[in-house]
Amino acid sequence: MTGHLLGIDGMDRAEIEELLDLTDTFAEIGRRSIPRVPALRGRTVATLFFEDSTRTRISFDTAAKRLSADTLDFAAGSSSLSKGESLRDTVDVIASYGVDALVVRHPMAGTPHRIADWTDAAVINAGDGAHEHPTQALLDAYTIRQHRGALDGMQIGIVGDIRHSRVARSNVLAFSALGADVTLVAPPTLLPPSLAGWPVRVSHDLDEVLPSLDACYLLRLQRERITEGLIPSIREYVADYGLDAARAARLPVDALICHPGPTNRGLELSAEVASDPRSVILDQVVNGVSVRMAVLFLLLGSGRELIDRSEPEVGS
Amino acid sequence: MTIVLRGGLVIDRSGERVADVEIGDDGRIAAVGTGLSGDVDLDASGCVVSPGFVDLHTHLREPGQEDAETIETGARGGALGGYTALVAMPNTEPTMDCAAVVELVRTLGRGTACEIVPTGAMTVGRRGEDMVPMGELVDRGIGIFTDDGTGLQDPRLMRRIMEYSIGLTRRLGRPVVLAQHCEVTALSSGGYMHEGEWSSRLGIPGQPAEAEELMVMRDIALVRLTGARMHFQHLSTAGSVALVRDAKAAGLPVTAEATPHHFTLTDAACASYDPVFKVHPPLRTDADVTAVREGLADGTIDAIATDHAPHTDHAKELSFDQAPPGMLGLETAFSLALDELGLDLPEVLALLSWRPAAIAGLSDRHGTVVEPGNPANLCVVDPDATWTVSGRAMASRSSNSPFEGRTLRGRVRHTLLAGEPVVVDGEARR
Repeated sequence: MTGHLLGIDGMDRAEIEELLDLTDTFAEIGRRSIPRVPALRGRTVATLFFEDSTRTRISFDTAAKRLSADTLDFAAGSSSLSKGESLRDTVDVIASYGVDALVVRHPMAGTPHRIADWTDAAVINAGDGAHEHPTQALLDAYTIRQHRGALDGMQIGIVGDIRHSRVARSNVLAFSALGADVTLVAPPTLLPPSLAGWPVRVSHDLDEVLPSLDACYLLRLQRERITEGLIPSIREYVADYGLDAARAARLPVDALICHPGPTNRGLELSAEVASDPRSVILDQVVNGVSVRMAVLFLLLGSGRELIDRSEPEVGS
Repeated sequence: MTIVLRGGLVIDRSGERVADVEIGDDGRIAAVGTGLSGDVDLDASGCVVSPGFVDLHTHLREPGQEDAETIETGARGGALGGYTALVAMPNTEPTMDCAAVVELVRTLGRGTACEIVPTGAMTVGRRGEDMVPMGELVDRGIGIFTDDGTGLQDPRLMRRIMEYSIGLTRRLGRPVVLAQHCEVTALSSGGYMHEGEWSSRLGIPGQPAEAEELMVMRDIALVRLTGARMHFQHLSTAGSVALVRDAKAAGLPVTAEATPHHFTLTDAACASYDPVFKVHPPLRTDADVTAVREGLADGTIDAIATDHAPHTDHAKELSFDQAPPGMLGLETAFSLALDELGLDLPEVLALLSWRPAAIAGLSDRHGTVVEPGNPANLCVVDPDATWTVSGRAMASRSSNSPFEGRTLRGRVRHTLLAGEPVVVDGEARR
């Protein structure tokens, strides 16, 4: 990671593991009675979201606050052109507030990369179109590692709308860098047009894949995929790719069930599977804050000793 | 004032010879030979004297987007690139779909550094719904009709326009050329680069090669049905090249062009996410680049056309989906053709000058043989000079060159339009 976190692409195993190790430290801070350290006091972290995402934004905001950074929130419309303002204009305006890190979410791939060319601030990709969502992949890898010790040799299935999923692209790279074997499970219309060079196997039969999985990662399905003619109906998708209790029974007893949230209950997974003891979906949310603290600290932090002591409570 | 281009190697479609070229007061070539004298001497030693280039595909942006380009600045860039004639695409605002707008463009083109050749849209407003008054436009000398920027989607309307155009052959004095931007939008819409390995990795929605090829296929079938004269714009895929090759072998009246960016760049360039590499049709694969080069070498593709498409920095400083497609081309086309195609210089000049001149119906004054009596629309190029591309240094009001920073071989030294030196020693005079 040099200055920015734009994607898992370009990170090697050692860099990913450094981040996951650092995450352990921040997870510990999160369990303290006052989960706040002065590591980034005086620094400013801005979230710049061109697409709605309350969860990811709150997660980054919480991470920044726990590190004592000041936070700014710019909720930009997705079309700056319609306002007559170029993307660069928008970035220049925000940079003028003196931000140290820009957390960017945009509906189009590559936008954080462009922004990184225009600003001195550290840019963190919080999801760019169908490209990458690196902090999601890091928190997923962290969660799996937390439960299984290591990803080496694990069989991980990623199920659903791979084509439009930045989560899938980042996770394929992260999981395989950490030694797992990844199988993508989806109808051909929900797979990318080309998988050349991807370190994955492909299946169109979830039932066949389930018994061999150590972790089953379900992706969110957007309902507009039907109007786009990619699948015939929600009903048929659920019948073939939805994880219900019967299918979950085919998963090994120690397998993990993951989902990036928010879940569509009754669609990619049934309500009873969401509360299955093998589900680690809430762990993912909790770990998201710790991973994002680690990322912010690595990009902006100056001294490790500042994470070892808690921020004194105001007034005490 | 008479001018002598001294000591160059003259290359035209009749062959090559070392000779001075004398241009008379009337803007025509007065003499070709040795030891000629005139009021002004322009050095051409070590250089090649060629008929001026003809661009079949230029977006001059005027009227409507003068912040990106004007006819004056576009023509200046053209002259700096060795062009003496630019075929102006009709996707202006308002569209060049009626006599008034076409005449405006022609008027604005007078006195600039190139001859500006307006085209007409095929449909009103380029909306793909109603035929333009083709007869009225033909009577004003419009010989090429195109909805460039988009393809004409409706096959029935395309057939009718083809049939109707045949009835105008006598009025124009030659067949009306229908030029198609081949893209089936039902297959391409929502895609911002070539669909394949790179788009899948980058997460940018793609448009498949078949979106182009299906329309090439359809129009070849309709040419077979109607006998209309069809020109395929900016061919970019191996499949399109093969289709046109077969159509020509079958004797159908079709021609084709390809752009420098489609024979030099691939979709891998989009990995920078810089919309300077966003263009329609999109940059394709290595195999497509090879096929386009083969098509240019074997005559399947008749001409190099730039698809010069200026956009302001402001417009390109957007996300990849929102930024408009297109790139500059006029000042780099010759160098790229010389450097990248591996063809002999006379072949390169044919692709840039006399073959496109014939397609545009300009053979009486552009791409002509360098001999006394012909209009002096000429350029002098130094095939050995090298230079480094800088969008800012170009004449265009925009700077969106995808070749920024590249060092290229082959530079235009002088350009003469109707005998007037509009570029001298690489400097624009108009």
